[in-house]
Amino acid sequence: MTSQAELIREGGYKWGFYDEEEALFKANKGLSHEIVDVISNMKKEPEWMREFRHRSLDTFLEKHDPPWGSPELKSIDFDDIHYYVRTSDESERSWEDVPEYIKDTFDKLGIPEAEKKYLAGVGAQYDSEVVYHNIREDLEKQGVIFLGTDQALKEHEDIFKEYFGTVVPPGDNRYAALNSAVWSGGSFIYVPKGVKVDIPLQAYFRINTKNMGQFERTLIIADEGSQVHYVEGCTAPVYSSDSLHSAVVEIIVKKNARVRYTTIQNWSNNVYNLVTKRAVAYENAVMEWVDGNLGSKLTMKYPSVFLMEPGAHGEILSLAFAGEGQHQDAGGKIVHAAPNTTSTIVSKSISKDGGRGSYRGLLKVYEGCEGVKSTVRCDALLLDEESRSDTYPTMEVDEPDVHIQHEAYVSKLGEDQLFYLMSRGLSEDAAAKMIVNGFVEPIVKELPMEYAVELNRLVELQMEGAIG
Amino acid sequence: MTETLLDIKDLRATIAGKEILTGLTLRINEGEVHAIMGPNGSGKSTLANVLMGHPAYEVTGGEVLFKGQRLQDLAPDERARLGLFLAFQYPVAIPGVTMVNFLRQALNARRGEEVPIREFREQLFSKMDLLKVDQEFARRYVNDGFSGGEKKRAEMLQLAMLEPSLAVLDETDSGLDIDALRTVAEGVNALMHPKMSLLLITHYQRLLNYIQPQFVHVLIGGRIVRSGGPELALELEESGYDELEAAAATA
Repeated sequence: MTSQAELIREGGYKWGFYDEEEALFKANKGLSHEIVDVISNMKKEPEWMREFRHRSLDTFLEKHDPPWGSPELKSIDFDDIHYYVRTSDESERSWEDVPEYIKDTFDKLGIPEAEKKYLAGVGAQYDSEVVYHNIREDLEKQGVIFLGTDQALKEHEDIFKEYFGTVVPPGDNRYAALNSAVWSGGSFIYVPKGVKVDIPLQAYFRINTKNMGQFERTLIIADEGSQVHYVEGCTAPVYSSDSLHSAVVEIIVKKNARVRYTTIQNWSNNVYNLVTKRAVAYENAVMEWVDGNLGSKLTMKYPSVFLMEPGAHGEILSLAFAGEGQHQDAGGKIVHAAPNTTSTIVSKSISKDGGRGSYRGLLKVYEGCEGVKSTVRCDALLLDEESRSDTYPTMEVDEPDVHIQHEAYVSKLGEDQLFYLMSRGLSEDAAAKMIVNGFVEPIVKELPMEYAVELNRLVELQMEGAIG
Repeated sequence: MTETLLDIKDLRATIAGKEILTGLTLRINEGEVHAIMGPNGSGKSTLANVLMGHPAYEVTGGEVLFKGQRLQDLAPDERARLGLFLAFQYPVAIPGVTMVNFLRQALNARRGEEVPIREFREQLFSKMDLLKVDQEFARRYVNDGFSGGEKKRAEMLQLAMLEPSLAVLDETDSGLDIDALRTVAEGVNALMHPKMSLLLITHYQRLLNYIQPQFVHVLIGGRIVRSGGPELALELEESGYDELEAAAATA
């Protein structure tokens, strides 16, 4: 175990260790149609996927960063990135078969142990490829598919092709196009009609190689009346050079189905995290994003829900913690495309040591969608004078018969709150932690217990030395 | 022989550069109940905040000894661990933090050691019974959405759990109806013991019908202008502060 002292020396980041690079194949740095061919060849993909990749690369090369994007984006050097790093030949179903040094890493991260204790299935991705994937046998017998995305393309091409790229098309934004061109790994989940997966499936994403780009692609299809909770965690070593993580997640929630997608993002502070996450929800379906962003240099991520049919409900709970040198640009998008659909966005950000937390949100209601109800609430907590918080809410409401609430609050860590807790004997540090833990409680209480404990611990680590 | 618990000598304090306490002297011994009465703006709440160490106030003269230690050298949490307690007039909300979690951490801090969870629960439930507080209270967030009466009761529950040597009650009667006031007062009386002292800070006499002080002091213009026994409170109720204020103004 890492001692508290070491943790503090490393700026509280416990997962900054790295393995010597032992890649079986590492593509040269830089992005080109040749690289796309290399990736597609190595994966032995069908021709339609190769063409999809090439078209997407063209789109990427044509597209620009959004005008509202962080100026930090300009410092990404796309020629200085390895777009594909393969460390093992295939995804294993037993940890014993995973290369020893990779297994050690996941042991340190506690993944095999968590699998035994409280997960229905686990995927583990190391650099570009999924190295381990397993699901509880009873779920597999009920027809639940939980595979690495590359493997799913091989084994379930029909269903894959039907949904892939339909929720987030390559042209959606520059980074979705980039992902579509060079994607590798990620999770594929199909839950058949009426099947309820009662405990979470988890995937863990680890970047090891320096100047690496990780571009996983996740596709989840919850068929009618089904239910699933998917959890992802992410870490990377602390290098002085930067890495890029640019994922695309597509989710289809059919009639009466329910999907919850929970993220605990804890990238090291040298990772650009630019992710497109979107779900479509049909009649009476429920889609929930629970999004915790603690690490990374810059995160731009706005999980979205398109409510396509009456009765659909979308929920986004997002938490961001921006420390020194970090910019968390997070939020959510809800599109009401059918009457009597409902949504909730709760966004909380904490900034300290000059960190910057932004909320960026879109609420869209199309004409004719009467009876829509939506609540948006943004809370920002600033721990010192140097830190910053901004709110960029956009509302496009083209239907009068709707009920929409929007509230935004910015608060400073209050002298009166600190004084009150200290007057009961708590040290200033303990008092500040208590206030911050209370602030994040509405998000934390939505997590399964093990993750709630972990998130509280991460927040406390971030808080080390925050006061005085 | 009674020990001196709190010794305030010629205390002067300012907020935002304005002097509020102008030379306040007061001694409280172990086991005594004192009341400080005064009109609005006389410095009552300032005294409470200065005793606890609110950072917005600056002590500019005199000293305060508590159990022989100079309070102005100590941070608020050190004062609390030493056995000083302030029941706030306006307790702030701490959203997301449950009463039970807060009380547990506060008690651990006060005792300087981890209190076993079982012992903690037993103590919590017995004190809640004593103060007629519903057990559901423990799961609510600290002062968040509490009514005026609930806030005051939550303060008394903290007092009961932390077992201070000196509790300062700042306008505990304000915002309470007569039934709530009676419940709170009965709770405080039940908590009293020969080693514990109370300092009641109040504008009105009515709290003193329920908690009997041995000593009553009148605070005007930032210092004590008169001291006496319980009869002084009744006298003030009759005559008001006008006469004393006028006298203080010409002094």
